[in-house]
Amino acid sequence: MAKNMNKMKMLFAALLSAPLLALGAADHLKLDRAPLSEDQASLQRGARHFVNYCLNCHSAGYMRYNRLRDIGLTDQQILDNLVFTGVKVGDLMKVGMDAKDAKGWFGVPPPDLSVIARSRASADGSGADWLYTYLRGFYRDAARPSGWNNTVFPNVGMPHALWALQGEQVLEEHKVRGDGYLKTEMKLKLDKPGQLTPIEYDRMVADLVNYLVFMAEPVQAGRKTIGMFVLLALGLLFILAYALKKEYWKDVH
Amino acid sequence: MAATPKEPVQFTGAGPLNPLVSCTLTWVDQRFPLMALWRDHLSQYYAPKNFNFWYFFGSLAMLVLVIQIVTGIFLVMHYKPSAAEAFASVEYIMRDVPAGWFIRYMHSTGASAFFIVVYLHMFRGLLYGSYRQPRELIWIFGMLIYLCLMAEAFFGYLLPWGQMSFWGAQVIINLFDALPLIGPDLSTWIRGDFVISDATLNRFFAFHVIALPLVLLGLVAAHIMALHEVGSNNPDGVEIKKHKDAQGHPLDGIPFHPYYTVKDILGAVVFLFLFFLVVFFMPEMGGYFLEYNNFIPADPLKTPPHIAPVWYFTPYYSILRAITEEFMLVLAIGTAAYALLIWLTARDQRVKFAALGIGLVVIVLMKGGPLALEAKVWGVAMMGAATLIFFLMPWLDRSPVKSIRYKGGLFKAALAIFVIVFLVLGYYGTQTVTPAGTLISQIGTLLYFAFFLLMPWYSVMDKTKPEPDRVTQ
Repeated sequence: MAKNMNKMKMLFAALLSAPLLALGAADHLKLDRAPLSEDQASLQRGARHFVNYCLNCHSAGYMRYNRLRDIGLTDQQILDNLVFTGVKVGDLMKVGMDAKDAKGWFGVPPPDLSVIARSRASADGSGADWLYTYLRGFYRDAARPSGWNNTVFPNVGMPHALWALQGEQVLEEHKVRGDGYLKTEMKLKLDKPGQLTPIEYDRMVADLVNYLVFMAEPVQAGRKTIGMFVLLALGLLFILAYALKKEYWKDVH
Repeated sequence: MAATPKEPVQFTGAGPLNPLVSCTLTWVDQRFPLMALWRDHLSQYYAPKNFNFWYFFGSLAMLVLVIQIVTGIFLVMHYKPSAAEAFASVEYIMRDVPAGWFIRYMHSTGASAFFIVVYLHMFRGLLYGSYRQPRELIWIFGMLIYLCLMAEAFFGYLLPWGQMSFWGAQVIINLFDALPLIGPDLSTWIRGDFVISDATLNRFFAFHVIALPLVLLGLVAAHIMALHEVGSNNPDGVEIKKHKDAQGHPLDGIPFHPYYTVKDILGAVVFLFLFFLVVFFMPEMGGYFLEYNNFIPADPLKTPPHIAPVWYFTPYYSILRAITEEFMLVLAIGTAAYALLIWLTARDQRVKFAALGIGLVVIVLMKGGPLALEAKVWGVAMMGAATLIFFLMPWLDRSPVKSIRYKGGLFKAALAIFVIVFLVLGYYGTQTVTPAGTLISQIGTLLYFAFFLLMPWYSVMDKTKPEPDRVTQ
């Protein structure tokens, strides 16, 4: 009997550990962790970078300009600093670029960025991590029509829109010592510096990613605040419900 | 037809409006069986007093159903069932409709919560033999609810019109394409077009918001009526109606109201705490409740590299993917062994020959050269069988006792393996195909079906303990 129990336990253990076997097999992207914050100054800087550098080719067609009030801006500030196309403050962030032209120029129309921070999430990391790595992962590649390639999005259609700020990176081979043999690792190297130092550039991308995360779900911070109150109320209700049940059930034996 | 006027209703509560309430209730009760319904289903419906944790999930399923219907009504006020507008209208709900995000997250979380609650409710049935005589029909109505729920979830998932909506529906509708002879016409008929399009979205919308909810409500009513006809089972699996007091009430029963109403309120509060924890703090639930790819609008020209159904379908999806051409031989051998087992153990000659005949036909259709059906057809068939086989539970379990408490090690081990297999299959259904994953899914598929198909034998061989006469605490 005891022997059987042991066998059974081993069978359960084998069945339960089965999913682990396959984990080693899949390819995983190595993503850097985006330094996210809910700091309003960072979000506002991110919004400025977004309208300056992204919102020419990419739309954010589900996002209204005046939603930027949620990150501490007034309608007048939004109109004065962030709206360049003469639209109303309650309008959606659309762009004038024709999708057909865009397809001709880049091979694929630039995707709408409203919810990009949500759609880019995967088992490898959050959408923010992906964007943070992607925007810092462009390198010169003469084989590509745009002259640019990317480490997390191989053969990407988009050229490096922020190259003047970051400078030009190249991908270099490195021989590193593996387990008893030499491995080749690809590493990015800054070949020509841009207007920003690498640290300044990382900070700028962090601000931009912060903003993209906000834009993907503007209610994000608000829902957590409301959630605290809802859970607190349910906690109190639990005490009442528990006392009620106890009172009614005291005569059940 | 002069009906005898009923007794006036005595409303016994304190308060100045008491006479008015009594008066109104009397007026209604003389025209409608109000008090009779109240008595039969709540205040005089006797439920066993020993319900445990597992008995919360029936009432919780009702709660989730109400959440889904109410939030669904509000979503329909702003959602646009059109291929051109659907995705944008969902984002409009998330951003511009006051509290729209809240309604939408409740609905999306509710869909997953529904399956969690229903799976636990079904597991309770398996634990305590709630499907056994005289409760077969309750189980069957319940299984129909489960099927209806799967259809409801499937139709609803197309509506946000994201990439996973589109390609998930594509995969499932293409299953029908695999059927011999009628397949291609059938799938075109389901889509209403040659590809998934606006026409498909609109009909799915109609099914999701009208047709299936109606069926669902009817089935829930039938499920509860059947339950209240025979009375609830309990963790001991013994009939409380065998021992009654002088008034004819079961000695081990207590009125559903107020005892179980107050207990279920407590359960509902705990459930809602967990539910709103997800709604407010992790509505995507790591990509399991809201898949990341579904934040990309549906694009018929761009197939995602990895199409995974939502988690509650993944055990069946694993079974579908496990049936490969190489696996057909194993299935054919399994079928032969099963037919042989029936041949050797059945007493009735007709059963023996039926097993032989059906077994032969199935084997020919599996491995019979030109007569064999494609593996993908068998995949669809096995996936369907995996959901439908639950219906047979009342007749597969031949144990002399109902509850797991008095069943022996054999049944306990079988149930434990089944639960693990269900979870492992579910996990692999979310993953990309790997050789190891396929092998484990195939073993899982065999164990999944063995749990049901071998039950008539192991439930009899099992060394059970004697059932008590009355419920225990």
